[in-house]
Amino acid sequence: MKILVTAKRVVDYNVNIRVLADQSGVDLNNVKMSVNPFDEIAIEEAVRLKEAGKAEEVIVVSVGVSQCQEQLRTALALGADRGILVETDEALQPLGIAKALKAVIDKEAPGLIITGKQAIDGDNSQTGQMLAALAGLAQATFASEIDLGEDSATVTREIDGGLETITVKLPAIVTTDLRLNEPRYASLPNIMKAKKKPIDIFTPADLGVDVSPRVKTLKVEPPAERAAGIKVESVEVLVDKLRNEAKVIS
Amino acid sequence: MALDSDTLQQLLDTLTRFVNERLRPLESKTAADDRIPQEVVEEMKALGLFGLTIPEAYGGLGLNMQEEAAVARVFGRTSPAFRSAFGTNVGIGSQSLVIDGTEDQKQFYLPKMATGEIVGSFCLSEPEAGSDAASVRTTAVKDGDDYLINGTKRYITNAPWADLFTVFARTDASVKGARGVSAFLVDRKTPGVSLGVPYRKMGQQGAPVCDVIFEDVRVPAEKLLGGAENVGFITAMKVLDKGRLHISAISVGVAERLIEDATKYAIERKQFNQPIAEFQLVQAMLADSQTEMYAAACMVEETARRRDAGEAVNALAASCKLFATEMVGRVADRAVQIFGGAGYIEDYGIERFYRDVRLFRIYEGTSQIQQTVIAKDMIKRFS
Ligand SMILES: Cc1cc2nc3c(=O)[nH]c(=O)nc-3n(C[C@H](O)[C@H](O)[C@H](O)COP(=O)(O)OP(=O)(O)OC[C@H]3O[C@@H](n4cnc5c(N)ncnc54)[C@H](O)[C@@H]3O)c2cc1C
Ligand SMILES: Cc1cc2nc3c(=O)[nH]c(=O)nc-3n(C[C@H](O)[C@H](O)[C@H](O)COP(=O)(O)OP(=O)(O)OC[C@H]3O[C@@H](n4cnc5c(N)ncnc54)[C@H](O)[C@@H]3O)c2cc1C
Repeated sequence: MKILVTAKRVVDYNVNIRVLADQSGVDLNNVKMSVNPFDEIAIEEAVRLKEAGKAEEVIVVSVGVSQCQEQLRTALALGADRGILVETDEALQPLGIAKALKAVIDKEAPGLIITGKQAIDGDNSQTGQMLAALAGLAQATFASEIDLGEDSATVTREIDGGLETITVKLPAIVTTDLRLNEPRYASLPNIMKAKKKPIDIFTPADLGVDVSPRVKTLKVEPPAERAAGIKVESVEVLVDKLRNEAKVIS
Repeated sequence: MALDSDTLQQLLDTLTRFVNERLRPLESKTAADDRIPQEVVEEMKALGLFGLTIPEAYGGLGLNMQEEAAVARVFGRTSPAFRSAFGTNVGIGSQSLVIDGTEDQKQFYLPKMATGEIVGSFCLSEPEAGSDAASVRTTAVKDGDDYLINGTKRYITNAPWADLFTVFARTDASVKGARGVSAFLVDRKTPGVSLGVPYRKMGQQGAPVCDVIFEDVRVPAEKLLGGAENVGFITAMKVLDKGRLHISAISVGVAERLIEDATKYAIERKQFNQPIAEFQLVQAMLADSQTEMYAAACMVEETARRRDAGEAVNALAASCKLFATEMVGRVADRAVQIFGGAGYIEDYGIERFYRDVRLFRIYEGTSQIQQTVIAKDMIKRFS
């Protein structure tokens, strides 16, 4: 079986995000970019399934700018066999990405598709679900355990207040939660070998899909800074302030 | 082979993450236990760290000097003891073989050193032969097809868990100096090899050091490094040339770590109603540290580049080691000062680095020995 996994290029989780002065977006200039951590978990899971003999090939896909090849190389160093870049300079939104991924699924016919449950840039948590709808495949989101069988997968999902275990028919879309696994560090020899693994590049037009944005970003603002707290003299003053300044009680 | 910049960056990013996420949280535990957790050593092996400088043909990564220095600098961002675990396999414990070993010797040892299955140590120093390394008293006397080795080696890094010793011994008793010394590859399990009790040291807890004692140790002639007698000291000097650049690069890394810690602390810490970073006297300490670190970094990069280009860099490497190791000593001292009382207290880890970096000015040639190397080169050039 082939497993398809995703590797979105996002700002590294250690970076302090800064909003551009014109409020059109966040500053990506000279900022360290990495593989979306949830995608790293997806890659790790696929590589483990391959190591356990349950899959023959792991294909990693990224949708975005040419530099996404860096993230594909990271995935190849972690153990994926080959990469596919759907190259576009469009502002990417979940629907556009899902359409591109659907086209790759049509080409590759994987038995299992694993994506992150969300990317740490937009935190949308939509791509996996939209992909399942577009491809007409079963979905198991927020996975914390995957038991892969011949024609089905049993997936434990993290849901509000507990865990849910479901069985889905293959091919299926699984999205990863944090506790699915702990990704390895790529070994240095594998980082060097990754350079020799193939990456195929397509444009959305090659795949016959339109990834142009459907949602317009009006303005991006940083979260409001927390103001310093104050000490109050008495309970009466506190209640007064809660009622008349903060207006959280009446 | 030089790596392309993308691949090198990936390698450094991965190691930076390993240092930040795995090693830094274990700094104080490793110091307290005087031992690196075994699972961390295994992770280092899996990462390929033991084979950084072993040629690709023997299963290593074959990094050149610039790449090795860049990696060493990353590992300077945490306790130097961690680096020491694979440091001998990258440096003094393997390079004699890489540089001057016979093909059979390389085939036999290097692939296992690259994976960390074999840990190598470098046995040059002796109780009576430290800075004057050419005066080694350990003897290797020909006996039929074998050699019989006798002597004591002092302060040998990683000896407590090493499998292979590169031993420098006198094969020609009629020559007192460098020209009578040969190098031998001695397995730890060879009868007659024994270890002293690990020393308790000023710093770098977790990087073990002990004496290695050789009593009538019989080694076959094929264990003579490179198959040639009386050229061992030349091998040792080639190895140390490279090692000096490596230590210079770690010194730069530790300085960067301390500068970052001290600057962040100075921004947070308030006295007289303002961050101490606002005081110009504190700023002077920060700025001097930053400037000296940058100077050392440039020296290391330039010398590494010239070495990779095939130049003889003996005196330049000595300049790097002299400046970089003295520099990190000053930076560590200022870091303690900027932390004030906290700098002297164990919990903050600053005093630990202060003790750790003291070693860099002593081993692989003291600062005074570097000065004599530099001056001798100058005198040779101008006379
Ligand atoms: C933790 C640790 C790990 C070590 N690991 C190893 C190892 O793995 N392998 C190994 O072979 N050795 C190792 N060594 C030994 C180390 O290389 C020596 O300690 C070092 O070379 C200094 O030698 P010494 O201690 O005998 O000091 P000495 O040579 O006695 O020096 C004492 C002082 O005299 C000065 N001095 C000596 N000669 C001169 C001169 N000609 N001109 C001016 N000043 C001079 C020195 O600079 C120093 O200040 C290690 C040492 C330590 C502490
Ligand atoms: C082992 C030990 C024993 C001690 N024993 C005692 C004791 O018995 N009794 C007691 O009362 N205290 C004691 N102390 C506390 C000691 O006196 C303080 O640590 C010391 O005065 C420095 O204060 P600090 O640690 O708060 O550093 P800070 O005052 O925070 O200083 C941090 C850095 O900022 C610099 N700095 C601060 N202000 C300025 C400025 N205006 N201009 C320029 N630079 C500035 C300092 O020089 C220092 O480099 C002890 C401390 C230690 C470590």
